[in-house]
Amino acid sequence: MIRAENISKSFGDRKVLNDISAVFEPGKTNLIIGKSGSGKTVFLKCLVGLLDVDEGQIWYNDILFTGLDFKGRKEIRKQMGMLFQGSALFDSMSVEDNVRFPLDMFTSMSPEEKLERVNFCLDRVNIVNSNSLFPSELSGGMKKRVAIARAIVLKPRFLFCDEPNSGLDPKTSIVIDELIREITVELNMTTIINTHDMNSVMENGEKIVFIEEGEKCWEGNKNEILQSDCRILNDFVFANSLARQLKESSK
Amino acid sequence: MFRFLSGFGSYCMLMGKVFAWPEKHSIYYRQTVKELVSLGLHSIGIVTIISFFMGAVITLQTAYNTENPIYPNYLIGLGARDSIILEFSSTIVALILAGKVGSNIASEIGTMRITEQIDALELMGVNSASYIILPKVVATVLFNPFLTLISIITGIMGGWLVGTSAGVITSQDYIYGIQYAFIPYYITYSLIKTVIFAFIITTVSAHQGYFVEGGSLEVGRASTKAVVYSSVTLLLFNVILTQLLLS
Ligand SMILES: Nc1ncnc2c1ncn2[C@@H]1O[C@H](COP(=O)(O)OP(=O)(O)OP(=O)(O)O)[C@@H](O)[C@H]1O
Ligand SMILES: [Mg+2]
Repeated sequence: MIRAENISKSFGDRKVLNDISAVFEPGKTNLIIGKSGSGKTVFLKCLVGLLDVDEGQIWYNDILFTGLDFKGRKEIRKQMGMLFQGSALFDSMSVEDNVRFPLDMFTSMSPEEKLERVNFCLDRVNIVNSNSLFPSELSGGMKKRVAIARAIVLKPRFLFCDEPNSGLDPKTSIVIDELIREITVELNMTTIINTHDMNSVMENGEKIVFIEEGEKCWEGNKNEILQSDCRILNDFVFANSLARQLKESSK
Repeated sequence: MFRFLSGFGSYCMLMGKVFAWPEKHSIYYRQTVKELVSLGLHSIGIVTIISFFMGAVITLQTAYNTENPIYPNYLIGLGARDSIILEFSSTIVALILAGKVGSNIASEIGTMRITEQIDALELMGVNSASYIILPKVVATVLFNPFLTLISIITGIMGGWLVGTSAGVITSQDYIYGIQYAFIPYYITYSLIKTVIFAFIITTVSAHQGYFVEGGSLEVGRASTKAVVYSSVTLLLFNVILTQLLLS
């Protein structure tokens, strides 16, 4: 479980996050939605400690993460996996080396065991026969999937995904969503996903936090989202005409 | 002044992180070997070419400036030797490496920063500063003395080849000159300088790259700054070291 309490964050005199509180439970896919520039990435980076919060507390289970020093955080970080918005694969390493890197760094497995684990993870994200390619030789969607493989290779307890399916075709996008949901249940992970893809919201949204201009406007699940009276949320959810027409016709 | 102090402060803190004890030696070892190739071996070419021509020019200039019957000719060899060892092969070569290696390091690390690769390392619980920078420091500090030795040898050979073929000095005089009153400590002095310069170039450039914010424009700017700052720091230390080591 991850608990954020009253998080605020500013860059200079610009307030990007304002007093956000939320609880994210294990075994569920928790979504953070909001339009571009609303502060989703900043919030996620605050949660994992890549950005320091100005105010507020972050709890990982019973541990106060914001109160830990570098060493203490390190222990928790070994249980984290994160997919960055831009994939963040290591340019100088092949696909296989990228995925193997966390294993090299933190386990004492034999080379054969590592290779088996790497191939297993790559297989799960549908990357085959590409072990020796370099990130510059991959398409954007492939990079995303390799990055997911790298994020789950150590079987993390906390998984963070910043827009896992932006730039993917609808089919691959669904595959990725399902994959994330499956491993979340399988490993009982606490998964937090940033997204503005309504499709995956309706597929995956067991818990949804809606952020607008750095403030939490609404919280609920995928069944509640269609019935909400929050105007800003409705603008967001029914931004495209198909969704609007469906809503009109269902009345 | 404030900018300088805060820059120096962040440099010191970064160094504190870089020299933390590495946890996975095998990985650091592998990285160091990689850096030895990319920062060391790949610099041999440029160092050889430049040293050869500079050695040639130094010999010719010494020859034309001492066209005086009182001076014995072998002094040309001696003069060329001492300028090459004392100043040229350590300082000038270091300045050239600041341009080549420094900008390379700053832009590589800067790109890792803006594409979130450094964040990815930190998130895994890896000490990113140490993982990225330490192998580069070790590689250059170990390898640059060899570059300096290569530079001394090719410089002196360049002087000999061009000096004798231009007819300003005979082969015997030159060879006698480069052996005459040879002080081995000069080599030590040159190597000490090289090691310190290598450290300066690598760490100053890495510092510039590590704290890039923004996009490719800022990476470009950081790599320019890396060259300027490391060259200036290096020249400053050249004065200090010369005073300390030769007085
Ligand atoms: N390092 C930074 N310095 C200053 N401002 C920043 C920084 N990072 C983010 N911001 C600002 O914070 C705001 C929120 O950015 P954020 O990246 O969290 O948006 P987002 O919700 O992830 O958008 P998107 O869906 O496009 O990724 C933006 O207006 C951005 O300009
Ligand atoms: Mg974002």
